[in-house]
Amino acid sequence: MDYFLDEDQVMIRDTARQIAEEKIVPVRAELDEKEQFPSEIIKFLAQADMFGLFIPEEYGGLGKGALELCLAVEELSRACLGVSTSYAANALGTYPILLFGTEEQKKKYLPDIASGKRLVAFGLTEANAGSDAAGIQTTATKSGTEYILNGTKQWITNGGEAEIYTVIAMTDKSRGARGASALIVEKDTPGFTFGKKEKKMGIRASSTCELVFDDCHVPKDNILGRDGMGFIVAMKTLDKSRTGVGAQGVGVAQGAFEEAGKFARSRVQFEKPIISFQAIQHMLADMAIQIEAARALVYSVARYVDSGAKDITKVSAIAKTFATDIAMRVTTDALQVMGGSGYMRDYPVEKMMRDAKILQIYEGTNQIQRNVICQSLIKEFSRNV
Amino acid sequence: MKIIVCIKQVPDTSEVRINPETNTLIRDGVPSIINPFDLHAVEAALSIKDALNAEVTVLTMGPPQAEVSLKEVIAMGADAAVLLTDRAFAGSDTWATAYTLAAAIKFLGADIVLCGKQAIDGDTAQVGPAIAEFMDIPHISYVSKIESISGDSITVRRLMDEGYDIVEAPLPVLLTVVKELNQPRMASLKGKMRAKKLEIRRLTYKDLSLDENNLGLKGSPTRVKNIFAPEMKKDRIVIGGTPEEQTDELISILKAIKCI
Repeated sequence: MDYFLDEDQVMIRDTARQIAEEKIVPVRAELDEKEQFPSEIIKFLAQADMFGLFIPEEYGGLGKGALELCLAVEELSRACLGVSTSYAANALGTYPILLFGTEEQKKKYLPDIASGKRLVAFGLTEANAGSDAAGIQTTATKSGTEYILNGTKQWITNGGEAEIYTVIAMTDKSRGARGASALIVEKDTPGFTFGKKEKKMGIRASSTCELVFDDCHVPKDNILGRDGMGFIVAMKTLDKSRTGVGAQGVGVAQGAFEEAGKFARSRVQFEKPIISFQAIQHMLADMAIQIEAARALVYSVARYVDSGAKDITKVSAIAKTFATDIAMRVTTDALQVMGGSGYMRDYPVEKMMRDAKILQIYEGTNQIQRNVICQSLIKEFSRNV
Repeated sequence: MKIIVCIKQVPDTSEVRINPETNTLIRDGVPSIINPFDLHAVEAALSIKDALNAEVTVLTMGPPQAEVSLKEVIAMGADAAVLLTDRAFAGSDTWATAYTLAAAIKFLGADIVLCGKQAIDGDTAQVGPAIAEFMDIPHISYVSKIESISGDSITVRRLMDEGYDIVEAPLPVLLTVVKELNQPRMASLKGKMRAKKLEIRRLTYKDLSLDENNLGLKGSPTRVKNIFAPEMKKDRIVIGGTPEEQTDELISILKAIKCI
């Protein structure tokens, strides 16, 4: 279907597709098997200017928006969610600087991020602060011209690989969520180390690890926004990035669907290709329906975000939830169409199914998304009474 | 420093069909790509540019549609592109092609000229070295590594059947490169946007003040009689011992096969 993309958008999509097909597909199984971070692919993405898509031109980026980022993420996800997670997490870590950074902070960090020279990670989750983000225990104590960080962040995508970390920590525990602040912490800051690298079910090419802060001194100027704005920084960041997770769902679903279609045409049972059987046809049709609906939704929401709209929380949560729920269903059904072959690691679909599961969990579980959606609904209902 | 990279637009297949009547390549219906070896020459030029702040111009001789290939190289990071295009160039063999390209390079000026080791369609590996001959500058073929570039000379590795040579040459110089040299970079989005807008400079034979009799089919002495893959002969004997023993052994072998 034609989504009326402009010339630049088509160019961005095609560039991402070329990288996906030429550089990612040939190595994705190996990266998964070895749980290896895709450093080479990151280099190609950097060469192609992919890291600068959504960064303003004055900071070395291309000045594009959410839709362009979604197009790139979708294409990368069609080949490998592990790679696309590393790429998308970079955007997640960059949004706090983009949305709340001072001119000095933007000038200092954004050009290196846009060129892909330095990777970024976002540090919010902790052992006791997942869905309940207000349960953060990492502290940042003000001391003269510095903040002193103590605590441990958990399951941080790009942990260890990134050089710039945007971290949410409590500057005033007594104020609860209003006592959180967002800080930029650079790798190699004394007192900042990495804990164990997690062993995951899927997206195994991406790096996930703990960030450990032990009396880590960070300059006061590294604060994003004001003291106590950490929770707002986190929520606005997630509002911006959620649609991209939806695009990951569309991409992985598309990838699995194509594999299933190809297999169904060539697999012969009862002397016929299995695509001639209605049981298979209906499954493929249902996949196509779900993917196209999700894509239309994700692109529409991305365009709405790019319009400068303020009320993007609900719609971005809707796009994320729908597109990632269908990604789980479509990858599962794609594997089912392929039967025993689908279950084997000789084909990429079992990996896609393992990978897809994380989309319903990270950047806010789909249950939390529904809470977010309904909180907006309650406000809307009360306004309309 | 000025670098010129010569590229060729070739059919996207390593198994080009040949018209048995004319013994020329059949290009119809085959999509075009940049000759893969030339991409390594492009990467070499861009790496030198990154290190030494050189100006990179990409050059090709071909029909107007070869512009697409030039734009791809602009998207990779080349500064300028020149298309040699003229009806008078049509039907050029390696001699006429090298003659024409050499004239264009002299016209544009270059300290280093880079070419792929050969094109995947013709596979002659003649045009690169022949350009250097027409320009009367040194050339080094099969370059697998650039060791160093100083103000007026270059040191490279030349890939040989067994091992490599280290070769130094004064500038200006022409290098033909092998794929072991590097990994070509991706075209960047900014580069693609620049390429889209860029007007490609075109040169005709009149711009280069060339003699029309040396151009195109008229200027091409090559007549292809037949095309076949040469037989690989791998048999060889290594003779050891003192020089005297080696000579005796060699004479007896030559006698045995009735060469002497």
